[in-house]
Amino acid sequence: MTEIEPDNTVDARGAACPGPLMDLIGAIRGAESGDVVRLLSDSEGSLTDVPEWAEEAGNELLAVEELDDHNAFYVEKA
Amino acid sequence: MTERIVIVGGGTGGSVLANDLADRLEPELDAGDVEVTLINDGPDHVYKPVWLYVPFGQREPADGRRALDELVDDAVDLRIDRVSEIDTDSRRLRFDGGGAPMEYDHLVLATGSTLEPEQIPGLVEGGHDYYSESGATALREELLEFTEGEIVLSVIGTPHMCPAAPLEFVFMVDDWFRERGLREDVEVTYTYPIQRVHGNPHIAEWARPIMEERNINVETFFNAESVDPDAETITSMEGTELDYDLLVSIPPHGGVDLIEEAGLGDGGWVDVDKHTLEAEAEAAENVYALGDTADTGVPNAGSVAHYQAGVVGQRLASEIRGRPATATYDGKTLCFIETGMDSASFVEFDYENPPSPAPPSEKLHWSKLAYNESYWLTARGLL
Repeated sequence: MTEIEPDNTVDARGAACPGPLMDLIGAIRGAESGDVVRLLSDSEGSLTDVPEWAEEAGNELLAVEELDDHNAFYVEKA
Repeated sequence: MTERIVIVGGGTGGSVLANDLADRLEPELDAGDVEVTLINDGPDHVYKPVWLYVPFGQREPADGRRALDELVDDAVDLRIDRVSEIDTDSRRLRFDGGGAPMEYDHLVLATGSTLEPEQIPGLVEGGHDYYSESGATALREELLEFTEGEIVLSVIGTPHMCPAAPLEFVFMVDDWFRERGLREDVEVTYTYPIQRVHGNPHIAEWARPIMEERNINVETFFNAESVDPDAETITSMEGTELDYDLLVSIPPHGGVDLIEEAGLGDGGWVDVDKHTLEAEAEAAENVYALGDTADTGVPNAGSVAHYQAGVVGQRLASEIRGRPATATYDGKTLCFIETGMDSASFVEFDYENPPSPAPPSEKLHWSKLAYNESYWLTARGLL
């Protein structure tokens, strides 16, 4: 378990690609600089498109936590 | 005891369902055992795909409008009113105008999408769209006079209505200026929020080479953050700034507030079982959602609402007759995609089978136009 405390959690489990990434982008859009958003996704595509987008947008992917049936992505808004 | 079915929303999903039920439950309606009410906040049914052609001067907004009372079977009670509250505990709807509340035994929510351009600073002032009647007619004024400069088509909100329409617009713009000998003086740029040009990877893979061939510039990972109408620039969250002379956007979309207020789902979309289309909120019994309103993950498209209406119609009829409801929605989606002013592709897919776009042809273009004309048979529940 990571010890990062998110400011907001987006539960996109069950959503097909690109739903989880769009939910994350929506949450980051409404966040303040320095806020950490946790995205829960069970879509395989998130493992590639979330890191790609975070890098492109200059936000930091702090951690990816592998859980039983989904992954948790911690993204800090730049 | 009369069973009351109430449908909220007179778009494609709500109208097709109302007419489906009028046919399917004819004996029960005649006997007074069932009542079907369709509620809409205006007197007209609007067929939105017509708007794609308005900016090119090919159709009029009126071509996509018909009075609901002409489309919907007389066995259906039509109420023109705006629902202000859904109370799933007491199974009751309240109305904006203060009219008498309405009780239901079975509720179907088909309230659709609304545009929220105000979410992006400067977009209302600086952008145009073809996702509304007023937007399409205002864009027509600009596009018909446009002879040189930069056109930017920016997909801002997803999910949005008709996911193929942004691709169709840039393909049509490219061809339209080319046919008129003006293409060399017009730059066309398409922006999309994720790393490819369409949400569906199969459609994205098909479209990207066509865009390259046609000199349509592409900016991916572009999530509009603000528009500066004076400087005529649009800036993304990713830090890219684009100049434009004409900005056409797919604005952010939202559902209606009363769905979230009723605890049925976030953002105005109802959390549903994607096969039965029943609302998942525990407190909400006998509530279905369909079309854009149902959060199934499939495109927000008329064909989806049409097919889902058939499923909900069958399920409701089974429930009314005390039989197990077995009809389910398999994700079926069907879409013509214009690839120019006189060619189109076609896709058909479902939850299990991905789309494989057909080679563009003039025949498919005419099929799309022919369907747009025969849509009124669909709305009547006949096709």
